[in-house]
Amino acid sequence: MLIRPKAGILDPQGEAVERALPALGFKGVENVHVGRLVELEVEDPTQVEAMCEKLLANPLIEDYEIHLLNGIG
Amino acid sequence: MKFGVLQFPGSCDEVDALQAARRVGDAELLWHGQRDLRGADAIIVPGGFSYGDYLRAGAIARFAPIMESVIDFARDGGLVLGICNGFQVLCEARLLPGALLGNVNRRFTFRQVGLEVLNSGGSFTDGCALGERLSIPAKHSWGRYYADAETLAAMDRAGQLVLRYAAGENFNGSVHDIAGVSNERGNVFGLMPHPEHAIDELVGGSSDGLKIFESMRLTVEGARV
Amino acid sequence: MSEDPGVATASSGIAPGTASAQQPTVEDALALGLTRAEYELVCEKQDGAGGRAPNQVELAMYSLLWSEHCAYKHSKRLLRTLPTEGRYVVMGPGENAGAVDVGGGLVCAFKVESHNHPSAVEPFQGAATGVGGILRDIFAIGARPIAVLDSLRFGEPLDAPLGPGSGTRSRYLLDGAVAGIGHYGNSIGVPTVGGEVYFEGPYEQNCLVNAMALGLGEREKLVRSAAAGPGNTLVLFGARTGRDGIGGASVLASAELGEADEDKRPTVQVGDPFEEKKLLECSLELLERGLIVALQDLGAAGLTSSAAEMASKGEVGIDLDVAKVPLREGDMEPFEVMVSESQERMLCVVEPANVDAVMELCEKWEVNGSAIGTVTDTRRMRVFDGESLVGDMPVRALVDDCPLYDLQPVKPSAPIYRPPVASLAADTSPRETLLALVGSPNIASRRPLFEQYDAVVQSRTVRRPEQADAAVLALDRDPHHTGDSHSTGDPPPAGEGPIPALAVSIDCNGRRVAADPYRGTIEAVLECASNLACVGAEPLGTTNNLNFGNPERPHVAWQLTESVRGLGDACRALEAPIVGGNVSLYNETSSGPIYPTPVIGMVGRLPDARCAGRLGFARAGDTIALVGPFAPSLAASELAKLRGDRLPDGLPDIDIGAVHAAQFAIRGAVRVGALSSAHDIAEGGLATALAECCLAGGLGADVRLPATGDGDPLADLFGEAPGGFLISGTPNGVSSLGRRTPVSVIGTVGGDSLHIGIGDLLLSVTLAELARAHGALAELFG
Repeated sequence: MLIRPKAGILDPQGEAVERALPALGFKGVENVHVGRLVELEVEDPTQVEAMCEKLLANPLIEDYEIHLLNGIG
Repeated sequence: MKFGVLQFPGSCDEVDALQAARRVGDAELLWHGQRDLRGADAIIVPGGFSYGDYLRAGAIARFAPIMESVIDFARDGGLVLGICNGFQVLCEARLLPGALLGNVNRRFTFRQVGLEVLNSGGSFTDGCALGERLSIPAKHSWGRYYADAETLAAMDRAGQLVLRYAAGENFNGSVHDIAGVSNERGNVFGLMPHPEHAIDELVGGSSDGLKIFESMRLTVEGARV
Repeated sequence: MSEDPGVATASSGIAPGTASAQQPTVEDALALGLTRAEYELVCEKQDGAGGRAPNQVELAMYSLLWSEHCAYKHSKRLLRTLPTEGRYVVMGPGENAGAVDVGGGLVCAFKVESHNHPSAVEPFQGAATGVGGILRDIFAIGARPIAVLDSLRFGEPLDAPLGPGSGTRSRYLLDGAVAGIGHYGNSIGVPTVGGEVYFEGPYEQNCLVNAMALGLGEREKLVRSAAAGPGNTLVLFGARTGRDGIGGASVLASAELGEADEDKRPTVQVGDPFEEKKLLECSLELLERGLIVALQDLGAAGLTSSAAEMASKGEVGIDLDVAKVPLREGDMEPFEVMVSESQERMLCVVEPANVDAVMELCEKWEVNGSAIGTVTDTRRMRVFDGESLVGDMPVRALVDDCPLYDLQPVKPSAPIYRPPVASLAADTSPRETLLALVGSPNIASRRPLFEQYDAVVQSRTVRRPEQADAAVLALDRDPHHTGDSHSTGDPPPAGEGPIPALAVSIDCNGRRVAADPYRGTIEAVLECASNLACVGAEPLGTTNNLNFGNPERPHVAWQLTESVRGLGDACRALEAPIVGGNVSLYNETSSGPIYPTPVIGMVGRLPDARCAGRLGFARAGDTIALVGPFAPSLAASELAKLRGDRLPDGLPDIDIGAVHAAQFAIRGAVRVGALSSAHDIAEGGLATALAECCLAGGLGADVRLPATGDGDPLADLFGEAPGGFLISGTPNGVSSLGRRTPVSVIGTVGGDSLHIGIGDLLLSVTLAELARAHGALAELFG
């Protein structure tokens, strides 16, 4: 699961990274956001969405994306 | 009256909260792993780093067995005070609206801050005058209060915006300088600054924090009459 | 591989086909940091007539225990000359921490330690785990940690005067170290109440991160680390063991830093304060319930040093099974388990009947607990992997028989250090000079640092950073005796009585020690005691962290020898014995050694926190006085540094007795509430100290200093020396000190500017200008 700050909410970490990259010589970088990665193995993949809603993300302030890496999906 | 102070793995300011509560009534610690509130008239969810702030501050603590009882207690109108990490736990548990995000300066900051009372006369600010200025230490890295515009407007109308950082004192970037909020009913209150560290001039620099505990006592004892 | 039928060989315990099945050679020993001669001695010590070569597990363990960091090879003989006994000493050097009696059945445990090399590689984790390590030393003797202080050294943080980018690395290290200290201390609920930071060229390649901790415990319940009772069980509890810091002790701490630091990153330990909080509560409850016989924390060299030292102190043996150690990573080899420096682990000795209760308590606090060995009477350290014996060493050989070396000190005939780069022209006006000093990195406000630390958790802190010259902590965190669950000691009488408190300070000006290792070290000790005096505290004991370069170089050996001589003389004169400490050597690169930096930590006691001193002027109209045998000189001062002056060869003589008398007088006056403020004069001299008093109090001052004949007024304004204090109060309060020590009234508090007149000179700066200069460090934390 990739969890990122909701659009529109100030992301000071993302801003800090966005400022730091040009100082290291990387140009043309925009829209940096810093979030979280959660990886797990699960028997029943249909439960993952509920896990995100209930614990892994806070839907008030975060969006999430679920990627099934292998297995049925 | 008796306060119950929750204790999670990683709580830091629970004993400080216990001492503060004992200035106005009885108090004992309630272990996170069990469900008995032991007859507490009011619950304090203290500051610290419960569960190491893993995942999100308060995200894991909100599911502790003791919290199931606290949620029921709150739904029945019981008084619940959340301080700093406690505020985060109450937001995660949806007992309070909104969420706490990382400070805009991306650093933990400890500072004695001036707070303004926006709504007095409630269960937690009964002893305070409207507009009164309180001096209370704040110390956190995840204290930026956020709620969307619609929620904020509704909270404002309902008198749920209780404390605000005085001009120039908002170091975490909270929307509208909000430092403390209550639920609609007014029995659950969360704030980022630490009133338990402002009960004594000698160590706190002020005793303004005592007013919040005192207000809770007045509310509980008033309700009994 | 030779088979010795009398001893089970290592190869029987190592899986066939792995690289580790080979017998290590002398080359491996050299790579691990042993000398050829040391290796041969190890072979001799390993049993069997004619000795036998150590196998991999044994060599790894010897190389760590015989490293400088663990064995103090070059410093032990010197340290034996220090005074360690005193009226208040309850536990001296040799245990996890020292402890002094503070009354009411309580002791204060304290110690300072360094984590220099890891912090240069990864400053956040290096500093964080440094804090974690020193905290464990405190609760390992049964004291609850109540405060942390830090002492930091970095290279110059500002790009001017050396040019764009020159301060980048130092800012990076500063930022990381402060964040790491804050992260660990804040998360575990121990306030960081004080500290110091200096920025000097010689620390550019070798930063210093020293962490000091204090704890409170009951005198009757202190626990020692000697393992006892053959047949007793060894229990390891805390975090799982991984590959953190493998080889850290010998690879990092006993060698100068080279160019391949990036490769050292995998060996840096990662700390988890949440895990340590659980470990702390578990440990204290185990002790409270009387369930353990001995306790030791795992620090440098992990299980190897903890087990070996426990066995050595107890004059017993230990059998240990690495297969019983809870691991974080699969397939760790026995030697890796033995040398891992994974954090947040403790080792205890438990009577067999209590093992179940210990395991239950570990479960309650959610820490891993595992019985991993037994105390024996063989005086041998035997390491097993399940059924196989993989290492067998005499405990004496491991811990006590490491060779000790005499230093070969030679006073350098030429300067060792390049002069600092000048940033202030010699003809700068006194006014601009004062502003430059107040804004210089070594003097400017440390607020941007200490605001990252929780200074109030546990509700004891009576004086926070920048409120007074020393931190002050109430002994009883519950002065109203509401009966909280962490109070210790006898119940005090009820009612509003005096509130006994501790005071603590940590100090050292490395540049002045470089100018004169003997006198510079005495100054550091005096500075600590003066800071304590300014809050009204009497010193009880001292801890020290000796940070030096390569002791095998004669000029560093000279610095170390002279410094320890000064340390001993000063501690004896002040009756503040050494109760414990640490040595960090080899802080040196190809560009030379660090300034010799004997960091001193001192703990004192004051009878009533309500009278604790403050440094800021408090009331307009108060009289200001200069107190003490203050004989300022510009030699080795901050002003000399800003001007780019070379270090002088030697510092002026010190009359320790006169300074001691001044401290006594200040302390007495503060205790009876005779003064509004008291501040020790340090870097930047008298004018800077006046500015600091004005800034802290938000009040200006009008001061007139006597012209000293043909003396240089700048020396009077900005010169430095021990034994100078600025006090303020009523005329009677101020003059009450005059019987024991020189007191001269110099001015009055008031207004919104600082005016200093000396001879024909008048220096005036507004509070606003001073405040702006004083805030210089804020720009370092973007």
